[in-house]
Amino acid sequence: MRREVLPPEALDATDRAILNALQEGFPLTPHPFADAGKPLGLSEDDLIARIQNLREEGAITRFGPFFDAEAMGGAFCLCAMAVPGDRFDAVVTLVNAHPEVAHNYERAHRLNMWFVLATDTPAGIEKTARAIEKETGLKVLRFPKLKEFFIGFRVKA
Amino acid sequence: MTIDATDRRIINATQSGLPLAPAPYAVVAGWLGLSEREVIERLAAMQDKGVIRRIALAPNHYALGVTANGMSVWDVADDHAETLGAEVGALDFVSHCYLRPRVLPDWPYNLFAMIHGQDRSEVELKRQEIAALLGGACGASDILYSTRILKKTGLRLREGA
Repeated sequence: MRREVLPPEALDATDRAILNALQEGFPLTPHPFADAGKPLGLSEDDLIARIQNLREEGAITRFGPFFDAEAMGGAFCLCAMAVPGDRFDAVVTLVNAHPEVAHNYERAHRLNMWFVLATDTPAGIEKTARAIEKETGLKVLRFPKLKEFFIGFRVKA
Repeated sequence: MTIDATDRRIINATQSGLPLAPAPYAVVAGWLGLSEREVIERLAAMQDKGVIRRIALAPNHYALGVTANGMSVWDVADDHAETLGAEVGALDFVSHCYLRPRVLPDWPYNLFAMIHGQDRSEVELKRQEIAALLGGACGASDILYSTRILKKTGLRLREGA
């Protein structure tokens, strides 16, 4: 994913209208670009070309279905550790060596390492967390989700 | 929320995105040897079941200038947590919102909300907005800013998993 801010002139008003409108949803119809283009005043071909261009510019991270990973099976758990500063790099290596560690962030807090475990079964979470505790000698705090809320996140383009 | 082998094939075929073609569902159907109608119906059924959250375009918020984010965490009274959590999740600057168990004494917080903004001062303003929304139902709170990405891999569905 592009980690640079686009210059403001990279997007025109039509691009911004597309980004704002298609965040809300995309039709499940035989000609969805034609249907989605109508309220934007764009032909099917124009909308496809615009999205292609936005993708090439790095203004879009994803276009398509967003799946609930958990609904497809598998287990996930947010975990945190308080890693002493002088051992941080060594612990990163130990933790990241587990393929079950999907992503891992350093955060400014006493609990300074936050990672997500993704496994095929719930038992795999416990097994991996225990293995990390054994290898590092540090406690792995487990924060499984109890409830996920519907998200209203939108970026105004 | 059960999905069958055909649903899984559709998921595998579309998890990196829809083809940019006039009839994208027909293209996917062609890859899988299905009819366009079956692909559309199955996607619609998965959307109804919540396996698909939505079909949409996700802007690269970083490219659009929304470059700052912080994980805000809140100790919300248990009997209000579900109602207030739903209100926090619905805010347009919150990208993830979960209830998680407290781990006492290390961690007194049960509501996690990821806040995004143009810069850190905007994130702090949004954080105050959440604090006002939670009001007296919330005790302690904190915000954790990431200082480094240590690992990032996509959560991709394994073939046949």
